[in-house]
Amino acid sequence: MADEHGTELPEKVQGWVGKERYHEDGEFPVERGYIWTTCSSVENGNPIFWDDELAETITDGPIAMPTMISLWFRPHLWAPGRTKQAQPLQVHFDLKETLDLPEAIMSDNTIVFGEPVRPGDRLKTCQILHSVSDVKTTKLGTGRFWDIEVRYANQRDEFVGAEHYTGFGYKRPE
Amino acid sequence: MSENYPQLTIDQVQEGAPIPSLSYDVTATTVVLGALASRDFRPMHHDRDFAQVRNGVKDIFLNTPNQAAWFERFLTDWTGPKGRLGRIRFRMKDSVYPGETMTFSGKVDQVSTDETGCAWVDLSVNLAVGERAVTDCTARIAVPTDDADNPWQRKADRWKP
Repeated sequence: MADEHGTELPEKVQGWVGKERYHEDGEFPVERGYIWTTCSSVENGNPIFWDDELAETITDGPIAMPTMISLWFRPHLWAPGRTKQAQPLQVHFDLKETLDLPEAIMSDNTIVFGEPVRPGDRLKTCQILHSVSDVKTTKLGTGRFWDIEVRYANQRDEFVGAEHYTGFGYKRPE
Repeated sequence: MSENYPQLTIDQVQEGAPIPSLSYDVTATTVVLGALASRDFRPMHHDRDFAQVRNGVKDIFLNTPNQAAWFERFLTDWTGPKGRLGRIRFRMKDSVYPGETMTFSGKVDQVSTDETGCAWVDLSVNLAVGERAVTDCTARIAVPTDDADNPWQRKADRWKP
């Protein structure tokens, strides 16, 4: 069904809604160098990240900062044999390309945290497109809003977190 | 456990009360380190020309995952190491650039205990540069009910963020 702009959502995109896509394993195991670098970048002195004895008492051993969850799936900028730059949040880029919306912003981000992520964990993920709006015009331009969920689990299939993004893909006014 | 860190328990938390604010002078290094620490290689976080020409902004700016890490640090500075984040939501309205002083402030909206006995604090948190609001955030963090409690020990059905 067409919206007020007379623009139908392509069937291909309609078919993505509600489906788990891009099941992926992280390119590398969770490691402490990134944990310490991230703590350092925000001057986070929380001792559970720095003091192993204390971490043993409180968190049953070292863990990562929970808000680092998406980091473990950000692909290397280059890797052997890769001909195209890999993108995190591929569903977002699929939408931009398929809907011919060259610009995009993320307006809202919600992260829910589950089991702690630990050094050595091999995490896995999938992406789910929950909705795509009708065509809207904002001060940025004309385009569509979309809601994407990214789920994360560890090697024991325990839920470690989920992120919900609201994006707006648009064309700038001519 | 070290006595040098805060060990907040839920009886010390009052609805409506502010939490200690945090101010930080942002440099280009802050922005670039934050982006690379979060494996965000997009040029608007390390290349001023790209930021100005392609994004139409005045300089490189703090990236989203690193902002999340700043929010976490701000909250756990207050709770101490037993504070366990359950959920965080943020909406970005503007950006933070090198040369600016960013300030995090927060207020307790609600204190509650769920059916498993986990004590929760819901907060509104704001990131601002001077009078300019940059990011609005709401967060839900578990805090020990007493000195013996530890939210990190909650697993599966006993953890409902």
